[in-house]
Formats: sequence, structure tokens, C-alpha cells
Amino acid sequence: MPQMTMLDALNDALHIAMEKDDDVVMLGEDIGKKGGVFGTTAGLHEKFGEMRVMDTPLSECGIIGTAVGMAIYGLRPVPEIQFQDFIFPGFDQIVSEMAKMRYRSGGHFTCPMVVRTPSGGGIRGGHYHSQSGEAYFAHTPGLRVVMPSTPREAKGLMLSAIFCDDPVIFLEPKALYRHGKEEVEEGFFTIDMDKARIAREGKDVTVVTWGAMTPICQDAATEVAEKGIDVEIVDMRSMLPWDAETVLDSVRKTGRCIAVQEAPRTCSFASEIAATVAEKAVDSLEAPVGRVSGFDTPFPYALEHVYKPDKKRVTNAIEYVASYE
Amino acid sequence: MSPTEMLQVMDVPQKSKGKAPAGLKGDDLKKMFRAMFFTRLLDQRGMNLQRQGRIGFYVPSFGQEASQIGAGYAMQDQDILWPSYRVISIALLKNVDLKIIFNQAWGNKADICKGRQMPNHYAIPDIGWMSISSPIGTQISHAAGAARAAQIRGENRASWAWFGDGGTSSNDFHAGMNFAAVWKAPCIFMCENNHWAISVPQEMQSASSSFAAKAVAYGMPGIRVDGNDVLAVYEACKEARERAEGGGGPTLIETVTFRMGPHSSSDDPSKYQAQELYDSWQKKDPIDRFRLWLKGKRLWTQKWEDELKEELMAEIAAAVESAESTPMPDVETLFDDVYAEVPPMLQEQREALLDQIRRSGDIEDTGGAFPL
Ligand SMILES: Cc1ncc(C[n+]2csc(CCOP(=O)(O)OP(=O)(O)O)c2C)c(N)n1
Repeated sequence: MPQMTMLDALNDALHIAMEKDDDVVMLGEDIGKKGGVFGTTAGLHEKFGEMRVMDTPLSECGIIGTAVGMAIYGLRPVPEIQFQDFIFPGFDQIVSEMAKMRYRSGGHFTCPMVVRTPSGGGIRGGHYHSQSGEAYFAHTPGLRVVMPSTPREAKGLMLSAIFCDDPVIFLEPKALYRHGKEEVEEGFFTIDMDKARIAREGKDVTVVTWGAMTPICQDAATEVAEKGIDVEIVDMRSMLPWDAETVLDSVRKTGRCIAVQEAPRTCSFASEIAATVAEKAVDSLEAPVGRVSGFDTPFPYALEHVYKPDKKRVTNAIEYVASYE
Repeated sequence: MSPTEMLQVMDVPQKSKGKAPAGLKGDDLKKMFRAMFFTRLLDQRGMNLQRQGRIGFYVPSFGQEASQIGAGYAMQDQDILWPSYRVISIALLKNVDLKIIFNQAWGNKADICKGRQMPNHYAIPDIGWMSISSPIGTQISHAAGAARAAQIRGENRASWAWFGDGGTSSNDFHAGMNFAAVWKAPCIFMCENNHWAISVPQEMQSASSSFAAKAVAYGMPGIRVDGNDVLAVYEACKEARERAEGGGGPTLIETVTFRMGPHSSSDDPSKYQAQELYDSWQKKDPIDRFRLWLKGKRLWTQKWEDELKEELMAEIAAAVESAESTPMPDVETLFDDVYAEVPPMLQEQREALLDQIRRSGDIEDTGGAFPL
């Protein structure tokens, strides 16, 4: 099996999807000759031509709005928003149109499309190239919100997303694009978006996370293992709909839980997890549910490393809930 | 003139014909050249600092110096500037302390914006320079709003919005142009058509015969001007400024110029730009053109430029040294300026962070490189 970075794996998934189905088309800023600012769409324009891989005018509203039109027509568009931070001019199209099309038309019209967009920090990009906005989308019924955590996961989830009949916001953790390589199967395969993944088995503390925080939690788990704390990591994969059962099963086993995210704390997906665990697994809980997150401030430039949760912040939180009596 | 014709003062290629616009004396013309030349030197230094890994990112304005300084010179001191990330030349024209620029590039403790934004995203209140946003176009509607505010207060202040050809596709271009025209607000929309929005060429940005032509449908004049001809830009902008002051409402000015460099320190134009296109524009370098013109008017000598260069390089070197040796912002400043006062919720988060640092030591800076 080939070794791939997450960028390679996503690029491979896009190639495979376009080869498999002529209805798969892409549109976005700089995705053509330049191959995307991160190189995720490299080679697609050359191979599939400008009718299927379109560089567009600079309008996220236009990119998403026209993709909605294409999707209703019957195509499977995969628009790219250059950074998740620039999605907001298209937010109306996402929230009012794409998310509600199936429901408001009584199931007659649908938007089988995937809005791909790099998310999160790690590149010293200040607030407009670093934010983690998953909660905005996870608060919108009708959307699917997915974020992979490894190269193989990225490929399998992307192929599921493209051939799924619901609209998907596919958040690509840019900090992991070139983070490391993993063996990834060749050719077409999918990973079930509806099922969370146990990224590490353990019996003492459940750590629920997703995207770029996953490897940080894995490092933290390795560190606390030396102190005798056995961590189970649940990688959510999807935040809407989300697999509460896997989280609850794990918490029923460990009795202790923290949720780890890069996004600001208040009204976040970590909050949703904490609430659900408190609601449905209270009898198993031996410690308060913890949240490790970015602060409730805009994402900063100079102090990025202070803002983002690091291994230390995660190990502190694990040790706190593990020793709670 | 129709918005598809192009206004020029200086002939192309390098001839020294053409009269200086009324009101510009020798000293004015030399000041304009100085600011253009200074911008080029600053940009070269900024790009080098990024290549050396000393700053994280830089946006140069190679080739667009005339398009910017021509307008800068037509502004009045009380005017309000709504810049994009590519117009630092105007701050140089307004004699901004270079330390402001380099402290921002480092995001250090002395940065007037406290290290909150990426390099090139300045806010310089003293010269009416509003805070730059990365999201393209958002400042265009702000400019229209501030122009309306000046009208409401009965003050003679014009708003100048800066954006690229790409910016004309944004939602805010439509909103800002439309509102300003309906209100007849004193707003000048500066569209620098540098032919590129990163890798997307201008003809894929708009099927309009020109960007200036877009003004017609909004109900305002649209002027298309040779953006590498500093005097033509000045003339167009001065007229627009007079119109704004006289209650004649907004103007859209398209400066036709060329981005003679990468989009930013992270871009590689060879992937999408033909070398011949670049070469053809290099022959129209706005600084070379203006130098030749000034020389013809006996306003330029090699000695003057050499001395100028020495002076400006020394100024840059001093500001770089000062910025680089200034420490980074204190950790607790992370929580300031989110609100007028730090609310209890954030006080608690700040305490938790400081407590962690007291117990576990400083947080490691893991860096990260900007890709575009
Ligand atoms: C809303 C939004 N979408 C995408 C981007 C990413 N981006 C940064 S600069 C740029 C191109 C801008 O081109 P133009 O407006 O012509 O200005 P120029 O950079 O050429 O001066 C893009 C797409 C952004 N900053 N904001």
C-alpha cells in the first residue's frame, strides 16, 4: 500500500471520484492551474479540463450558490473554499439554501455536494486563516459536518462524502496536511461517516476529539500512560449527525471523559458532548466532564501557540479527571 | 471619456512628454517619486526578511507603486483610508514611522495592534488608516458607510476604498458601490487591476469590457486610468476627490497595472503566468517610467537617487533592528480587547492559563509556515 500524506490522500480521493463519475465537478479560487493554495487539487485541471475543474471569480457566495444550482440539476459538485475563514460570504447559501433544500421541498430537491475547506490553525495565519468554525455548521440541521484525522481517514471519508446524497461540510485539518504519512489503500473505498472511530483503546479516561487535535491527544495519551493512566480516544469523524453511542459506550466503561477541540469553548461541539454525556451517562460518571479548547477570544497571530491546546493542556486535563475523587 | 477608454498623461514607452497636472510643483513630483522608490526598497527588504525566516509572511506591491501613490497624493489629510493588504506605499507617502510597519511584521510587543494580525494587516489610526481585514472586499461597504457618516455630520472627509480586480466579485463591492451611489456619498473606490487574483486572471474575474464600466450601472462615474502612470492616476483621483467634496457622489477608478511579483511571499507565479506577460509589463515599470519623465524635466539625477537610496536603506535597517529585538507580546494580552473590559468568563480563562504556566512553564512555540 502506498504511503500518503493527508494532502496526497485527499488529492487521490478527488481524482478517483472524478474518474468514477462524470457528474463530479469542482469549482473554487485558484484550484485550476495553481492546484489550490495547498496543492489539494493538483493535477485535476490538467486531467479533467476546465469544464469540470473551474477557477471562479472571487466570491464564496457565488461558488456555493452556483454549486447548489448544479447539485439541484443533478451534478455532484465539490466546491472548495480556500480557507474556512472565508466561507462566510457564502454562509447564507449554506444555511438557508443548501441545508434546507431537501426539507423544504418535501424531499423533491436535494443538494448532493461537498464543500471542502481547510480549517484550524498551525500555519501562523492569524484569525483569518486559522479558525475552527465547526460549531456554526453543526448548529444547522440538514448539513453533515465531517473532519478527518489521518490520511487514510481523509480519503475514505471524502469518497463517502462525495457519493452521499446529503450536503457535507468537509473540514480539512490544515495542520495535518503534511503532518506525516500513513499507508492508504489504492483505489476506491469509503469510511462510514456516521460511525466514530476508537483511535486508541483504554479503560481509565475517554478523550473525545476530532481533526487536528487527534494526534495531540494521542501524544498526551502516550505520556500519561507512563503514569499509569490508560486513555481511550474517540475520534468523532462527524459532528453532525454525530455518533453519541460510541462516546457513551466508552464513558460507561471509563467513567471519566474530556472533550478536546481547537475551537473556542462556549457553545462548541465539545459543549454538546459534555451535555450529552452528563444527560445520558451520569450514572457512570466518576468525575466532571472536562473540556479542553481554544479560548473565547479571536484566534491570535503572535500568540497562536498559547491559544491552541497543546499536549500539556491535554495531559493536565486528563490527569485532573483521572485523579478526581 | 468612456469607462473603457484609458486616461494617460505620460507617454508609453519611456518618453518624457506630457505635462504635469496643474498644481503639482517640482517638489511634489519628487515627493511622489520618493514614496514610489521607498516602497520598492521596503518591499524588497520585506520579501528578503521572509525568505530568511525572520518574518512569517509578506505582501509586496511590486509594479503598483504609481497606481497607489498617484491616489495617495490626491488625498487630503482628514480623509479616511480603507486599505487592502497591498498599499503600504501610502503610509510611506504619509511619513509613517517605519517602526510601526516592522513591529507589525514581527507582531511584537511594540506593535500598535498588539501582534493580533498577520504581517501587512496594519491599522494606523494617526493617518486615518483603518484596520485591514483578510476577507476580500469587506472594507468596501465600510468605506461607503463612513462616507455617509461624514455626509451626516457635514464634514469634508472622503473615504477611499482599496481593492483588487478580485475584490470586484465580492458581495461587499456590490453593496458598497450601490449604497454609496444611492446616498451620493463622498467615496472613492480604487480598483487596482493588477491582472491577477492570486492565480485567477482578470478575464476570468469579469466578462465586463472594463472594471471601470461597472460604475455605469450603479450610477456613478467610472474612470479607467493607466495605473503605471502616476500623473494620470493623480489627475483622475484629484477630480474624483473634487467631485466628492462638491456633493457629486462617489467615483470608481480602475487603475490598469500589473502585479510584478508573486501574490505574496508564499506564491509561485511560474505555475500559472507566462514569462512573456511579465516581461511585457516590466518594460512599463512605473518607477522607470516616472524616473525618465522626471529626468526630462530636470527633476531627477542619479546622484539624488543614490543619496535617497542610502538614506532610505538606513531608515529601513534601523526599524528592522528595533523590531527584531523587541520581545513578543505578553501572554495575558491574549484576553484584552475582545470586549471593552475583560468579562469574568475571560478572566477565568486567563487565570487558568497563567496558572498552568506558573506550574508547568512557558508554552512551546511550535511555529508553522504560511502556504499562500
Ligand atoms: C473572501 C476571501 N476569499 C478568499 C480569500 C483568499 N485570497 C486572498 S488574496 C486573494 C486574491 C485577491 O485578489 P485581488 O482582489 O485582485 O487583489 P490582489 O491580491 O491582486 O491585490 C484571495 C483569493 C480572501 N482573502 N478572502
